[in-house]
Amino acid sequence: MKDNQAVIRAKNINKVFHEPVDFHVLKDISFTVNRGEFVSIMGKSGCGKSTLLYILSTMDTDYSGELYLNNRLITGNTPEQLAAVRNEHIGFVFQFHYLLPEFSVLENVMLPAKKLGKKSAEEIEHDAIKVLKMLDIDHVARSKSYRISGGEKQRVAIARALINEPSIIMGDEPTGNLDSKNSDNVLAIFRELAVEKGLTLLIVTHDLDFAHQTDRIITMEDGRIIKHTNQ
Amino acid sequence: MEYKLLLQIAKTHITTRLKQSAIAALGVTFGIATFIILVSFMTGLNGLLDGLMLDRTPHIHLYNEVAPSKKQPLDLATPTLGDWNIVRSIKPRQRPSRIHNALPLLKLLKDNPDILGATAQVSSQAFYTAGALELNGLVNGVNILEEARLFNIDDYIIEGDIKDLYQNENAIIIGAGIAQKLSIGIGDRIQLVSAQGNRITLKITGIYQSGLAEIDNIQSYTNIKTAQRLMGEKANFITDINIKLHDLEKAAPMAQQFARLYDVTAIDIGTANAQFDTGTTIRNIITYAVSITLLIVAGFGIYNILNMFIYEKMNDIAILKATGFSGNDVMYIFISQALIIGTLGGILGLVIGWSCSVLISHLPFETDALPTITTYPVNFDSSFYIIGITFALVSTFLAGYLPAKKAKGIDPVTILRGQ
Ligand SMILES: Nc1ncnc2c1ncn2[C@@H]1O[C@H](COP(=O)(O)OP(=O)(O)OP(=O)(O)O)[C@@H](O)[C@H]1O
Ligand SMILES: [Mg+2]
Repeated sequence: MKDNQAVIRAKNINKVFHEPVDFHVLKDISFTVNRGEFVSIMGKSGCGKSTLLYILSTMDTDYSGELYLNNRLITGNTPEQLAAVRNEHIGFVFQFHYLLPEFSVLENVMLPAKKLGKKSAEEIEHDAIKVLKMLDIDHVARSKSYRISGGEKQRVAIARALINEPSIIMGDEPTGNLDSKNSDNVLAIFRELAVEKGLTLLIVTHDLDFAHQTDRIITMEDGRIIKHTNQ
Repeated sequence: MEYKLLLQIAKTHITTRLKQSAIAALGVTFGIATFIILVSFMTGLNGLLDGLMLDRTPHIHLYNEVAPSKKQPLDLATPTLGDWNIVRSIKPRQRPSRIHNALPLLKLLKDNPDILGATAQVSSQAFYTAGALELNGLVNGVNILEEARLFNIDDYIIEGDIKDLYQNENAIIIGAGIAQKLSIGIGDRIQLVSAQGNRITLKITGIYQSGLAEIDNIQSYTNIKTAQRLMGEKANFITDINIKLHDLEKAAPMAQQFARLYDVTAIDIGTANAQFDTGTTIRNIITYAVSITLLIVAGFGIYNILNMFIYEKMNDIAILKATGFSGNDVMYIFISQALIIGTLGGILGLVIGWSCSVLISHLPFETDALPTITTYPVNFDSSFYIIGITFALVSTFLAGYLPAKKAKGIDPVTILRGQ
């Protein structure tokens, strides 16, 4: 019963941008990501990868089709319900880190967990430090988030995505803004998470080497999935 | 717990951007302080002007106008039997116009529950003489303590004490203009000559200054008995009764009622000071217009500053939403932020507004018209402060609420993509 293990299931997802002219950016996208799978999405620039990922992460609700998370239909949920879903089940790493500049690194990582409210403040802080340690950035935990390097920021963003132990982690070119050394570093972290922790990952990338190390590559072209490559 | 987290986020936003927060708060402070200072000062001045007039003007003035009798002796002697009695060119009798039965009437008035007080006066034309000079004038015989209680005459006594006049039948308080023209002062003697030719000499115990030259140049005050003696009249001779009511609004109907009941001329304050009334109305309209304008301008200022403060935070809103905070959470964060800034700025505005008002109320303000006023009048009515802080809170609430409400419904990606 492979289907029962589906973390993400997309069914006939279509999206049209209306500005500046009607543009059918996603056409009939259907696919599944199973628990513990490490999937990468590749495709030419402008083929709709980011757009798809935003829809899958519930941050964009302007589409048609159906989206299931852990076999629960989330298309059509209220914004409040979607916020709760994002909080508990989805960790998102943007191409640009998007940390809250007013808060320290530690607070940035802790906020989603505090919002979830399942653990005490002490436990959350303990977990956050643990994640930061794992990503080798615990030494900047008390710094303001705008005072650390780009590579460190991206790792903080990953730590934030991990803190609530979500069902799936999505990344939109999470290494796109990093130099090769830092990006190798981040990619190594993802691999480690996939292999050692059995996390489910869905990562958009342009890096073929990286993609070859994932379980499956989804290739997109002009708003369609044209191929699944299992490896 | 949840609200604590949201409040903590709001506080972090404020404290980490202290400069912008301070500017936003000072915008609130400035608006509220200006409102309070101007309104306090303007209504203070208005109150002073109104009070001036109302304090010294009787609400109802009773006297007897000199006029020919409506019923001539001929009408009384020959009751008309279809005939016309025509008397041409009737002239009123030359005699001082007294109020009939004044003392019982006065007692009746004092017992009336609507009346705060009533005082009798005896006023008479007289000449003041000191040395070779002779001045035309008006002597008012009064019960000086009652005049002070009801009409604040003591506010206009610039030298001497009203108690020196009370019970002293040989004392007089003269207008400042008389004192100056005759170059006499307290302790000097002045001779009064009445129209009837009676002559009395009185000792000056006080100087009176109303600020109106035409009054200060002629008016003087003595005891009722002194004035009666000057006129050669008995103790029941009273020319005027001045009435002060508990409720000013009743002046007009009561004046009509008195005129009908007691066969006197009764003038109420509204009739006597119609143009003053108009002035008050216009001043009040100006005050309201200015304060409403000020509040609106302040409100827009507050709204703009805070609105910008929050729009700069749109990115944070999107990030918070992306990581699982709901639209309501975001709204709560930004409304609390706005209200914290509004409360702090507003309270500071109240304090500064109040301090400046206190400062103004200690600035010297001297004018001949108001011998007892030495500093600018300021109205410390607490309702201005309540209006001010309410307004600050409402406008800051809206400044937080409206943009946050807009951000609430937007998908986080729409904001981030818009960068
Ligand atoms: N807000 C928008 N309004 C209109 N068109 C848009 C909007 N956002 C993206 N597009 C268009 O949709 C298409 C897909 O964009 P998308 O960002 O998903 O591409 P992508 O595959 O992520 O590209 P890249 O690899 O460069 O990040 C592009 O042609 C883009 O021009
Ligand atoms: Mg993209």
